[in-house]
Amino acid sequence: MEAALQTSVPQSFAEARNTGAVMTAALAVLALAFGCASLFIGPAPYSAHDILFGLFTQHGAASIIAQQIRLPRAALALVVGAALGASGAALQGLFRNPLAEPGITGVTSSAGLGAVIALYFGLAAIHPALLPTFAIAGALASAAILYGLSRSGAGVMALVLAGVAIASLATAITALVLSFAPNPYAMTEMVLWMMGSLKDRTLNDLVFAAPLVAIGIAILATSARGLDALTLGEDVAHSLGINVSSIRMRVVFGVALATGAATAAAGAVSFVGLVVPHLLRPFYGYEPARLILPSALGGAVLVSAADIAIRLIAPDGQLLLGVLTAMIGAPFFIWLILRLRREP
Amino acid sequence: MIAFENIAARYGQRTVLNGVSAQFRKGAVTGIVGPNGAGKTTLFRTALGLLPATTGTVRVNGKPLHDWPRDTLARTIAYLPQGSDAHWPLLARRLVSLGRMPHLTALRPLTLADEAAINDALARCDALSLASRRMDELSAGERARVLLARALATNAPVLLADEPAAHLDPAHQLQLMDLLREEATRGTAVAVTLHDLSLAARYCDEIMVLDQGRVAAKGAPDIALSDDTLARVFNVAAVRADNEGRKTLVGWRRF
Repeated sequence: MEAALQTSVPQSFAEARNTGAVMTAALAVLALAFGCASLFIGPAPYSAHDILFGLFTQHGAASIIAQQIRLPRAALALVVGAALGASGAALQGLFRNPLAEPGITGVTSSAGLGAVIALYFGLAAIHPALLPTFAIAGALASAAILYGLSRSGAGVMALVLAGVAIASLATAITALVLSFAPNPYAMTEMVLWMMGSLKDRTLNDLVFAAPLVAIGIAILATSARGLDALTLGEDVAHSLGINVSSIRMRVVFGVALATGAATAAAGAVSFVGLVVPHLLRPFYGYEPARLILPSALGGAVLVSAADIAIRLIAPDGQLLLGVLTAMIGAPFFIWLILRLRREP
Repeated sequence: MIAFENIAARYGQRTVLNGVSAQFRKGAVTGIVGPNGAGKTTLFRTALGLLPATTGTVRVNGKPLHDWPRDTLARTIAYLPQGSDAHWPLLARRLVSLGRMPHLTALRPLTLADEAAINDALARCDALSLASRRMDELSAGERARVLLARALATNAPVLLADEPAAHLDPAHQLQLMDLLREEATRGTAVAVTLHDLSLAARYCDEIMVLDQGRVAAKGAPDIALSDDTLARVFNVAAVRADNEGRKTLVGWRRF
């Protein structure tokens, strides 16, 4: 029996599984490698030895640089990338559309709006936690609107369009807030939030973002089975015993939590959630469920690599992280649209 | 297996089904025919709980639909919707394995029994050779077979197939209808919506004619698809044929 089944399982089916496992391992190694490499890059003139030593001791300027500046930045790049990658994979699975990403639901823009409001009203100065709190509140508000729509029976198309409208509205209000910015520094800070940057992050940012992102990704992982069933459409998923509205709710809130926390820490880093799942999909048999965690790893690799690249290209910090990801991601987005248009 | 008792259903303000009573019997192929918008798909959606009936009761094995737990119902009724397709180009075998989902829990992987059911479903649909191909590499006829195998892999005692023969060439249409007949022979209650009256007359044990949300006629093909019903509901006159012991008809002329 065992042998008969072994031979009846097509070779390429087993191969597809192995390719995925190899890819996941490679992504994990790369994420670790980029995360470590990121520690040794920065404007402060310390050798690798100084930084390594500084990480594990409590005295000297090198230890402050290593523990308070380099470590949060390196770790946040991984955390933010993981949040965006997993969110993109889950949204593409839910919307059954490779063009979906956290931006399309309006979650990123709404989180950015929350952050900008916190800055504009000086709330961030009252308590540092208010800034990320507002960003996550913004993300949850947009997610709640989407969830409300999905409860009232709106289809996937309506959700996508609502997301586009929410994103436009959030961007418009952000611009409104910007034009009333009380001082030029506020303007500069807000641009950082809108474009996305990991410059000058603190351990506090990491401590706040990491658990929320982890919870968000965990929620997304619980929706994996349902996303596989959704490959056959919502009616079939329902007929297979999947609670489709619960899956929608989990994806929307998981994405809000992960992307909201990531945006709170790094600003609106765009296109990571679009590019990563799309590139990884063939390695995982195009299965939405298997794609979520590898996309988290892939996002971590991409954001980490991009954050290293901008520091190598422009050591004085003129280049923002979100600028680089958009410059890679936007042409990719257009190429993807053209390719999808060619397919019947 | 499934009994509709005086069902009404509506989308918003529009009444789509009105006073429909019918049965999908075990071991029989029940054909549902009717002009566009007659409520054929809606009838399936009420049986799946996708659209609650506003009046009347749907019973599955004698028990009202709303008393069925979600997972048990999923193991009981398999659904192949109209224009069914895969949104991602999964491997055919993986797609068919989705049909086992009602038998699995979140963390339990496919067992040997599941693998056997998948192989069996693929074999029944003559799709074993397609198992390791990607869905987007298959022709329309091959995809239809794999998608039917997905529905069969559940091994549910009820199969609802909505226009499975549409967009298939004649040979594949016949193959698909043969497969549905075979399922009924195995004891499954098969219900199928069809636009093609020839296929309906030839392959179904019982036919229900829906017209504007009401049952216009039902019974054996000869009775349900009478000249009178065809004129009233479809506005056509038919030519009838009798070949190899099976009767069929072709819509021939508009009134």
